[in-house]
Amino acid sequence: MNKTDFLLAGVGGQGVLTASDIVAEVGMALGLDAKKSEVHGFSQRGGVVESHVRWGPRVGAPLGEKGRIDYLLAFELMESTRWVEYLKPGGTLIVNRQRILPMSATIGDAVYPSDETIEKSLRAVTDKIVYADGLEIAKGLGNKNLANTVLLGALAHELDVDPEIWLDVIVKRVPRKYLEENKRAFWKGLGK
Amino acid sequence: MKQLLSGNEAIALGAQLAGVRYASAYPGTPSTEILENLAKYEGVRAEWAPNEKVALDAAAGACYAGARALASMKHVGLNVASEALFYLAYTGVNGGLVIVSADDPGAWSSQNEQDNRHYARFAKVPCIEPADSQECVDFMATAYDVSEQFDTPVIVRTTTRISHSKSVVNAPEGNGHAPRPLKGFTPDPTKYAMIPAHSRRRHPQVEARTQKIAEWANTASINRIEWGDKKLGIIASSVAYQYAREVFEGYSFLKLGMSYPLPEKLIREFASQVEQLVIVEELDPFYEHEIKALGISCVGKEYFPMTNEFSLAVVRDGARKLGVPQPEPVATPAGIVAPPARPPALCPGCPHRSTFYVLRKLKVRVAGDIGCYSIGVLPPFSAMDTIGCMGASLGVAQGVDAVGANTDKQPWVAVIGDSTFFHAGMPGLANIIYNRGASTVLILDNDITAMTGQQQNPGTGVTLQGAPGQKIDIEAVVRGMGVRDVFVMNAFEEPEVEATIKKALAIKDRPSVVIAKGPCVFLPDYPEKFIDEVDEAKCNGCSLCFRVGCPAIFKGALDAKTQKPKAVIDSLLCVGCDVCLQVCPRDAIFRVGN
Repeated sequence: MNKTDFLLAGVGGQGVLTASDIVAEVGMALGLDAKKSEVHGFSQRGGVVESHVRWGPRVGAPLGEKGRIDYLLAFELMESTRWVEYLKPGGTLIVNRQRILPMSATIGDAVYPSDETIEKSLRAVTDKIVYADGLEIAKGLGNKNLANTVLLGALAHELDVDPEIWLDVIVKRVPRKYLEENKRAFWKGLGK
Repeated sequence: MKQLLSGNEAIALGAQLAGVRYASAYPGTPSTEILENLAKYEGVRAEWAPNEKVALDAAAGACYAGARALASMKHVGLNVASEALFYLAYTGVNGGLVIVSADDPGAWSSQNEQDNRHYARFAKVPCIEPADSQECVDFMATAYDVSEQFDTPVIVRTTTRISHSKSVVNAPEGNGHAPRPLKGFTPDPTKYAMIPAHSRRRHPQVEARTQKIAEWANTASINRIEWGDKKLGIIASSVAYQYAREVFEGYSFLKLGMSYPLPEKLIREFASQVEQLVIVEELDPFYEHEIKALGISCVGKEYFPMTNEFSLAVVRDGARKLGVPQPEPVATPAGIVAPPARPPALCPGCPHRSTFYVLRKLKVRVAGDIGCYSIGVLPPFSAMDTIGCMGASLGVAQGVDAVGANTDKQPWVAVIGDSTFFHAGMPGLANIIYNRGASTVLILDNDITAMTGQQQNPGTGVTLQGAPGQKIDIEAVVRGMGVRDVFVMNAFEEPEVEATIKKALAIKDRPSVVIAKGPCVFLPDYPEKFIDEVDEAKCNGCSLCFRVGCPAIFKGALDAKTQKPKAVIDSLLCVGCDVCLQVCPRDAIFRVGN
């Protein structure tokens, strides 16, 4: 596999960082060099969270570049538009339909953009848009915290990587108690 | 064994492999996880200290006693610990001593972007800088060897991108390596007791030591030349090296693993063989000034900025100006509508919410401090006027009060958290009491160090390892220090919070302290019982509940009569803290089962 850059973005508390750990470890499991980078701290208080993952024969910089990211995985609907300019034109975009209102919208200083506005922004960069219902599927499986695993399944669907490699990494990361439901969530996201 | 580790995990592993016996720290982003990971290893005594100076003093003691010791902190923590750093530079060590300083270019979670390489030169101690997680492991071994070989504390400097990036590490597992045996303490006051006569004797040894380390650095493997096209010679370290490696592909590099003292001979050799010497360094022109002072011509800050953290784009920009072709930046396509900002907010259920709601309502001025509650500066609270550093709130409040600006008409209060109170708040309170100040001090006790990710502190009475420690009771401390008017209130009862703060503000001739008690929503003993819901028929869109700044409350359909949006509570986010319910004047918010 060639150099591949990922950007995972969402809101504090959505499990973005765990998911990006898994993407990076899948790269390692493929025998590639891998790096991932994000900022912790204030972002866990409902702020924006973005995590870069890079795969390649040798990865130097821990962060990918604007306009050159291959895969953007947005954990929250509106956040997809904040980061879409990082995606390379025509790159693959996976968007979770979940909406989390920012404080600015809650207190009325701003309005959460409409589906049409969001779609238009995304289309400005790519037509390869995959919508996923991570939260709804997770709730259907009985645990809303599984949404990030569903989204990883949706990402895996777009990549030419044996799903068993993903599962191996997930198995190592997830406590035994939650293993079966995580596997189910991954397959659901993958569309199987 | 190959694994993906963050820089902080790797530093902990490297310290363990180097035989560290004692480690102490105060949590601070981006350094916190170093101690959390060290605490997992057998044989390492790892402790949270109340502040960074205490942490470094304790590490000094452990090293004097002959153990390999570590103190870790964020960059501004080294300001607090700097007095300890400076005496340690003179006394030197017995067992090896490493001070990890995690800098924060970009000020992602800090009040500034200070470049702590300056501390190395200032205090005359070596500074080692890893550029990825593998080097974090490997350079810790080097750091301890340098410390013991040259009788000096060593600063290991990371940045946010080194500490919080994960990369592949090939190293043995951490457990199963016993700490090095204690060397034993040989009394030598001329070395360990810095009275003027002794420090004057130590100073020439410190200067000679720097010369010796600089000599060693010329051949040390942590500084290395990577020859390529000699048209350009790049000098870089830390994450700047990683960016430069991609941007200046094919050119010659001098990759520095030690940023102070610099390897003069190596730099001269490198400079003499390249056509142009380019320094690529984040933040200050530290290398650039040192290298120019050697009389070597180079370029640096005219191409690469002194502010904010680097990225590939920033380094490419500089490279282009240097005439090195780069892929053109991808223009942002037209038609992307920027979404609203998403500033951090107090979590749903945060115990600080009621206090800031009331402070805003009472229109008091607030001298603030460092913690989650710094969010009080943002809308909808806008209830924090000053934020400087850990513990600053109490000093600022005393100064305001002392010049007569804390008045009936415009009262000021100091607001500080529990962990910050133990860190640097107690001396500030002593100052107020001793000097007969009349400030009102609010201590927001959420029973944890929350902002850095729920670390224990003296007020929680639980150690870093989760074992029982000795709990220090804030109320008893405050009373013991001499405050007569101490009020303890339940942070989840807004009416009580309002009444209590008013009571404290009414005291004009002596200090008063209000302790707001309520656990952080992330703690297991958080009283999660209900979810609050809005009765649409009763809500008329009065908007009071929006002012509690809760991410779980948002604006819904317009009220037919008032034409203002009614409140809606997101049942996924609400944890039932009831603060919105308490401020609602129409009883339109009610509890439902969880």
